[in-house]
Amino acid sequence: MEPRPPPSPQPTAAVAAWRRWKSRAMSLTMGLCTLAVMAPLFFVLYFLLREGASALDWNFFTQLPKPTGETGGGMANALVGTMVLLTMAGLIGVPVGVLGGIYLAEYGSDRVNRLIRFWADVLNGVPSIVWGMVVYALLVVPFKTFSAYAGGAALGLMMIPLVMRTTEEVLILVPQSYREAGLALGIARWKIVTVIVMKTALKGIVTGVLVAFARVAGETAPLLFTALGNNFWNRNLAEPIAAMPLQIFAYAISPYDDWHRQAWAGALALMVLILGLNLFVRLVSRDRAKS
Amino acid sequence: MSKPISESTPPAQRPVRRWPDVSFRLVALLAALSVVALIVLVGWELYSGSRLAVAKFGPGFLVHSRWDPVSDEYGALPFIAGTLVSSLIALVIAVPLGVATALFLTEMAPVRLRQPVITVIELLAAVPSVIFGLWGIFVMIPFLRDHVFPVMQSVLGFLPFFRGPIYGVSMLAGGLIVAIMILPIITSVSREILRSVPNLQREAAYALGATHWEVIRIAVLSYARRGLFGAAVLGLGRALGETMAVTMVIGNRPDISLSLFAPGYTLASVIANEFAEATSDLYLNSLFELGLVLVVLTIAVNALAQLMLRTLAGPGTGKVN
Repeated sequence: MEPRPPPSPQPTAAVAAWRRWKSRAMSLTMGLCTLAVMAPLFFVLYFLLREGASALDWNFFTQLPKPTGETGGGMANALVGTMVLLTMAGLIGVPVGVLGGIYLAEYGSDRVNRLIRFWADVLNGVPSIVWGMVVYALLVVPFKTFSAYAGGAALGLMMIPLVMRTTEEVLILVPQSYREAGLALGIARWKIVTVIVMKTALKGIVTGVLVAFARVAGETAPLLFTALGNNFWNRNLAEPIAAMPLQIFAYAISPYDDWHRQAWAGALALMVLILGLNLFVRLVSRDRAKS
Repeated sequence: MSKPISESTPPAQRPVRRWPDVSFRLVALLAALSVVALIVLVGWELYSGSRLAVAKFGPGFLVHSRWDPVSDEYGALPFIAGTLVSSLIALVIAVPLGVATALFLTEMAPVRLRQPVITVIELLAAVPSVIFGLWGIFVMIPFLRDHVFPVMQSVLGFLPFFRGPIYGVSMLAGGLIVAIMILPIITSVSREILRSVPNLQREAAYALGATHWEVIRIAVLSYARRGLFGAAVLGLGRALGETMAVTMVIGNRPDISLSLFAPGYTLASVIANEFAEATSDLYLNSLFELGLVLVVLTIAVNALAQLMLRTLAGPGTGKVN
């Protein structure tokens, strides 16, 4: 970097100046690194708005994709498909995750809990594409068809450890005295948990669930060979269904300009959905922190 | 626990029913154990899905570099190499940046600045992989191809890693996009670690007359070294499994090349690209075996990271999100 400080008649003063200079240089470097870390978000958002906003018209939300070669069309089916998949994922991920979180926070011994927490965190790190393979073997092969059920299941399984950990965290925050008060009144344990503890922590649990939804809403890899994608409306959940991320992927790697335009529009819509969920959660939990 | 009540109340009291409590607890236990069941499920499905390939190729599968669906010959080496190289590139970029950012946030930034920056980084973590991929294809790749890679080649071309034709889609581009995607987790875990460094540590260094940077280097970084290493390992775990964005920018060619400008292929990408169209049983089994390799890698790395972070920071802080 810089040349070493020259030997001077008063080395201590020079060394001190060098040390101060170095400290300032490092501060600046770290500040620049921080900017570099934040930059991608702004670049991505900028290009999403620039490329996607113009393509995001009424047709986008109301029409089916047009066949290859024709311009226009939209992603209505993918929008609905994503909602359907998220609903199914929620049906699996939310009850199992919340109940698991309840067990960790309210029952269970330290040793068992530590083990379950450990595996839940490890499970969170399993690549999403692997969930696609597992569900493919579990639901697609036996029923011999790609289906909305399989896609929903893949996302749902991914949600379980996410929801479980956040539920546990908020339940632990509920003061012990609430539970003791319930016990003193002779209320059954399960009622204490569901009526008192969960009600107190409801906002936190909902927040955690929304974060989990935001996380799986953008997942593409687990849907590739479960939900598969579909250019038409899905009339039967046992058949392939379209989803926003799948459609964006398919359009992005296609050779047609109009499809690229659609991909940007879809990405913008998906991003708005996910960022919206995240910002909403942030607002809600800031509320909670204040009160 | 509620027993004493029934003993002290008059006999007219209806008996305490235990079964709702017991069954509720049991259902909750089952839900909690689903995590273990899922791990077993993942392992079993991948194992049973790959049996044909395991039987046919044996351990040689891992070291053969031929991937040829036409003649039904499969070897995993290009994908394992691609996954490792792209993840390492990502780590080399993301770890220094992430740790520096975490240091900036915990040690230097004015308090009012911290929360907005943290929010931005958390939102970065929320961007779906496929959107990074889309951005990578249409924005990052052309920029790298036209402006960055030629410069790198002319400056660093004496190294074998920066030679050869430039296509744009490349191992380096894949590593770069993975770096962006693992930055948030490395930053946030590093921040947790740095925050757990006791203030006494810093004050002692200041008392000795250290400058701000010296405090960070001597008191903070050396104290937090192991935890930061854990953060990097956690980032590695994420990087290994990144699928969509990498698939879209890495070029998807099962060759092993010294040049980072050459296209590559990763375990996750080949599964994403070829799984739905795998025609023969052996082909599908080989893809499952790739999945098995991927899962073993990621679970081992993640478990290591959890252990490192947990022993360091006590229960709870090793949380991944």
